Amino acid sequence: MRIVNTLNVDHKLGINKFHVDEDNAHITLKEENIDMEEYQKLVIACPAGLYKVDENCSVQFDYAGCLECGTCRILCGRTILEKWEFPQGTMGIEFRFG
Amino acid sequence: MSDDRFDAIIVGGGIAGTVTAYLLAKEGLEVMLVERGNYSGSKNVTGGRIYSHSLEKIIPDFAQEAPVERKITREKISLMTDDSNVTIDFSSTRLGQQGSDSYSVLRGAFDQWLAGKAEDAGVQMVTGIRVDNLIVREGKVCGIVAGEDEMEANITILADGVNSLLAQKLGYRGELSPHQVAVGVKEIIELPSEVIDDRFNCKDGEGTSWLFAGTPSAGKVGGGFIYTNKASISLGVVCTLCELIKANKTIPQMLEDFKSHPSIEPLLKGGKMIEYSGHLVPEGGLHMVPKIIGDGVLIVGDAAGFCINLGYAVRGMDFAVGSAECAARAVLKAKETKNYSAEFLQCYQSFLDDSFVMKDLKHYKNFPHFLEETPRIFDGYPGMAADMMTDLFVVTGNPPQSMTRMMMKHVKQIGLLNIAKDGWKGVRSL
Repeated sequence: MRIVNTLNVDHKLGINKFHVDEDNAHITLKEENIDMEEYQKLVIACPAGLYKVDENCSVQFDYAGCLECGTCRILCGRTILEKWEFPQGTMGIEFRFG
Repeated sequence: MSDDRFDAIIVGGGIAGTVTAYLLAKEGLEVMLVERGNYSGSKNVTGGRIYSHSLEKIIPDFAQEAPVERKITREKISLMTDDSNVTIDFSSTRLGQQGSDSYSVLRGAFDQWLAGKAEDAGVQMVTGIRVDNLIVREGKVCGIVAGEDEMEANITILADGVNSLLAQKLGYRGELSPHQVAVGVKEIIELPSEVIDDRFNCKDGEGTSWLFAGTPSAGKVGGGFIYTNKASISLGVVCTLCELIKANKTIPQMLEDFKSHPSIEPLLKGGKMIEYSGHLVPEGGLHMVPKIIGDGVLIVGDAAGFCINLGYAVRGMDFAVGSAECAARAVLKAKETKNYSAEFLQCYQSFLDDSFVMKDLKHYKNFPHFLEETPRIFDGYPGMAADMMTDLFVVTGNPPQSMTRMMMKHVKQIGLLNIAKDGWKGVRSL
């Protein structure tokens, strides 16, 4: 069964404070042959809902909005992720409350 | 400082790292703490509450001055289904006794307070710097690499959290497996302090911890939680990764559904979400503790997997403090003899073994496995409890049945033997 992410988390992320490093993506997906079964894990498990599937069933991922939890690294670090590192110092999510 | 070398460099400004740094600086060591965020706590998330016992030993009466939220004097545990919620509610003045008290906290404020204490003690705090690697010479860790810069130290303490890429780079552990970690998502919902007092039946300054099994994690290993803060509520869902990927909805959806549950929604009415967070929780217990001692290096806190989730109590921050204390004692001893070899630093392991950190981890070592092997806790018992309560409380005018028959009907659905087996296994693993 394919779980479709119908809930948009973006408005929640909009309340958070981010310093997005526009020049460096700290997480990248492999460029081609993405195993959709693997990708589906991230659709379900990413707290920020960053792993999306668009109307044409193609993958859509944006690292901006990442909460830096590491879930995708543990689930797919060896399969469909090309790179996972922490953002540069000072960049990324800044929890004001935590 | 001689030849620019620190006595100790600590990577990570969370609780484990900051307490280690504080204890070492207090004894006169030259200590640098490096944090990748703009301030300590800026990358950290708790459910959460801190059990005070371990920090109390290091900073007596800390709750008087630290930015804690509320003292927890009410413990609630619920079994939740889509439409029902069965709760055990324990409130007692015994819960707030000094020394065994616990507090809801928000890490942004709490970690900054702790960082202030460390700085006052003489720790050189460096924020906004990501440590990329360690300097390793002939198997001995000699300091850190951050971008173009290198800094050397007699000992490096890794307090870089559950993901600890540095421990992995050292080869001290492999990749974490999806059954060793859970992901938590949390919202902080702002509400006036008096409204929280009223809705949660709390006295001023006192609060509630509330854990839920069942539908919050869609019947998978995990659950929901609520902690009352001063003027906000921390509300979230946690789910073990290997289970989550088999769930029938996404984790953000689980959180939304939990919030709109008929038992929860009224508690949040009028509240405003002020932050949304996600974080991993090490839940593998003793079995996931990696190699934590090497030449010139020790690992503390979440990076070492020091955390316990018992379902009715979740503990990580007191272990962070406990392991920090053991690490600091080991470093002070090493400094005395100028011996930072792995062999000498084994005293860190002995200190841990003698402390509650290892005693508790060993005691509960089979519990994470029990939870994973007993899905009925999450997808069976909540429904059974709700059905029993329905038969007890719903009056229809139909002819009465004997209590035994009424209750056994629900018990039989799961099976008396299964219940006895789960109970026995659960109690044994505790």
